[in-house]
Amino acid sequence: MARLQSTQQLRQLKERIVAEKPADRRAIAVCAGTGCKAFGSFELVEAFRAELEKQGLDKEVELRPTGCHGFCERGPLVLLFPEGRLYQRVKTDDVPEIVEKTIKGGEVIERLLYEEPGTGKKFEKEEDIPFYKHQHRLVLRSNGLINPSSIEDYIAIGGYEALGRAFEMGPDAVLGEVKGANLRGRGGGGFPAGTKWELCKKQPGDLKYIICNADEGDPGAFMDRSIVEGNPHAVIEGMVIGAFTMGAREGYVYIRQEYPLALERLNKALDEARQRGLLGEDILGSGFGFDIKVNRGGGAFVCGEESALIRSIEGRRGVPRRRPPYPAQKGLWGKPTNINNVETWATVPLIVAKGAKWFTGIGTEKSKGTKIFSLVGKVNNTGLVEIPMGMSLREIVYDIGGGIPGGKKFKAVQTGGPSGGCLPASKLDLSVDFDTLIAEGAMMGSGGMIVMDESTCMVDLAKYFVQFLRSESCGNCTSCRDGLDWMHSLLQQVCAGEGTMELLDQIEQIAETVRVSSLCALGSTAANPVLSTIKHFRDEYEAHVEQGRCPAKVCKSLITYTIDADKCTGCLVCAKRCPESTIEGEKKKPHRIIQDGCIKCGVCLDVCKFDAVHVE
Amino acid sequence: MAAQPTIDTQRLDAVLGAFEPGDGSALIEALHDVQSEFKYLPEEALDRLADRLGVSKSRVYGVASFYEGFHLEPRGEHICTVCMGTACHVRGAPRLLEHLEREIGIASGQTSEDLTFTLEEVACVGACALGPLVIIDGKYHGNTTTSHLTKVVGKLKKD
Repeated sequence: MARLQSTQQLRQLKERIVAEKPADRRAIAVCAGTGCKAFGSFELVEAFRAELEKQGLDKEVELRPTGCHGFCERGPLVLLFPEGRLYQRVKTDDVPEIVEKTIKGGEVIERLLYEEPGTGKKFEKEEDIPFYKHQHRLVLRSNGLINPSSIEDYIAIGGYEALGRAFEMGPDAVLGEVKGANLRGRGGGGFPAGTKWELCKKQPGDLKYIICNADEGDPGAFMDRSIVEGNPHAVIEGMVIGAFTMGAREGYVYIRQEYPLALERLNKALDEARQRGLLGEDILGSGFGFDIKVNRGGGAFVCGEESALIRSIEGRRGVPRRRPPYPAQKGLWGKPTNINNVETWATVPLIVAKGAKWFTGIGTEKSKGTKIFSLVGKVNNTGLVEIPMGMSLREIVYDIGGGIPGGKKFKAVQTGGPSGGCLPASKLDLSVDFDTLIAEGAMMGSGGMIVMDESTCMVDLAKYFVQFLRSESCGNCTSCRDGLDWMHSLLQQVCAGEGTMELLDQIEQIAETVRVSSLCALGSTAANPVLSTIKHFRDEYEAHVEQGRCPAKVCKSLITYTIDADKCTGCLVCAKRCPESTIEGEKKKPHRIIQDGCIKCGVCLDVCKFDAVHVE
Repeated sequence: MAAQPTIDTQRLDAVLGAFEPGDGSALIEALHDVQSEFKYLPEEALDRLADRLGVSKSRVYGVASFYEGFHLEPRGEHICTVCMGTACHVRGAPRLLEHLEREIGIASGQTSEDLTFTLEEVACVGACALGPLVIIDGKYHGNTTTSHLTKVVGKLKKD
């Protein structure tokens, strides 16, 4: 792999690749993201490889393992080019038929098409499926198109051209574009990236650092994982542009060790970028030199906070420190440092390539561009979605997400991870942008969007978040360390149906104390899930405390399992599987649960095929 | 705490040899590499690591115990990790964890005495669309059920 010495050589390479692989070439793109991998997509790639070779089509048809296409619910996904046809839930057994009928014969296999739940309508092309149709995919667009382990694929779609353009523009003009685009940090805070860059840029001294925060810690979020897995070069290109603008010579990617596939693809991409002269000394003959190191996180949520992350890169415990001075003034090793998250860095090349004006044409007045969300939980089409800022929650949950499965009722959507909040059905028409969500006691966060239906208990959910934060608190501030512990024990009492309504006042008081007296965002926002659920779902808290009832039938102390004698066929399966042997009854006669010994594990409910086990 | 088995110092030297002597900033990366080699962080390895990187033993222990991803005790042959992310939680992850506790006979966070199983929780692995999710020996079991887990664990017990 030869080093590229100039932007002209980059252009020539692109032309050569495109000539060899024209856009109308036959190609099979198999999603090889973590989700589809779990459904067996790696085996699928091998099966296609073998079948194409067997049929003598391996030269003619390109087989391309790609990053996440987003529609994880329907994995493994196979996208067929040039038609853009999508086959879903494909198995290795389907491979010979796909090659024979579709690749060779141009025939559509109906059974593998996406079928809309409810209407039964089938869709042939990816772009027509409602899940994709309502999205605006800028950052995620390339995920289905390129092999993330091939720098040629990235160059073929215009990769690293923005970097070339940045070298021509010069640092001041690039900063102007990023500021003009009003790119706000996608990691949660929504702070303008341009302002941060400017502060770092104007610091004196030659030694500066830039960092990519890939420590995606919010539970229920996987946007950054999918970008790094699917399009690592976009992140690298964004970082090189940032480094050039701010005058940094060294960069770091701080990535979760729980993301092995992302780590592997990132390292491969860095190697290829170095071989091509897109990292290292004299990048594209510009005279500018920059390289990136990778640091694996240790599994601490608090390291998503920038000052904690910096300490972790320095090889220390990830304990946040007081700011200012901000990292832009005094960061890694005491030097000016700029930190942005994966999605922010991946958006930078688009802005530099297409201009601030183009970017500000998308989104709302104060929130520009698109945002990626992981739409998960109790929703039909779970997966990764990218929408223009300002779309309503209703459009996301119903038009893209396809609504709630099993005919159940929508209850709430949780955004912003453990720092965010829950929004009830009455807020479904809210515009999804940074400021509206904060005004409603939730937040954009990094993009987790968890949908909940009537079977989710909001008190249990609040307890879940407090438990999470309690175990992730670094322990530095007493208010966060002990306050969360205290809140957790009070919420346990509520879930057990104990105490009085005064408990709620007490919880709110502690929440307020934790909010005002904790040093970092982990503590200062820790109360959000509790406060927002008390605000919007007070009736559920009241049902627990005053009536000893869990309306969602989740809290164990407040529910009982019973067997409906009319529906029970006496098959004995539940009795055999009950871990406590507390189900009695004879064969072909209705069974009964002995309440005294029941631990409410729910196994009987899982195994009953006759819908005879009820929860009250 | 059971006595830790002695470790193969040659393997340890090979791992530590990749790091510059006195480079304390490499501490977390070095801990990751030692752990990949031995599946946990043996006490003896931590002592040697402290010497190599020129940092105090207390700092090594402080860092190793701060991060969830590091294990100071030997781990089981089979590792069952239950994802406790929000998406998995609302789809029933706590019940799966309790189910595995009963099936394997150990509490979450523990390793069985015969070192066959380790049962643990992870905050989120970002495979949220597959929730509830359990990872067993590196294999992702998505949209999983108690019945499926009983089968998988039962098979591992027999092997």
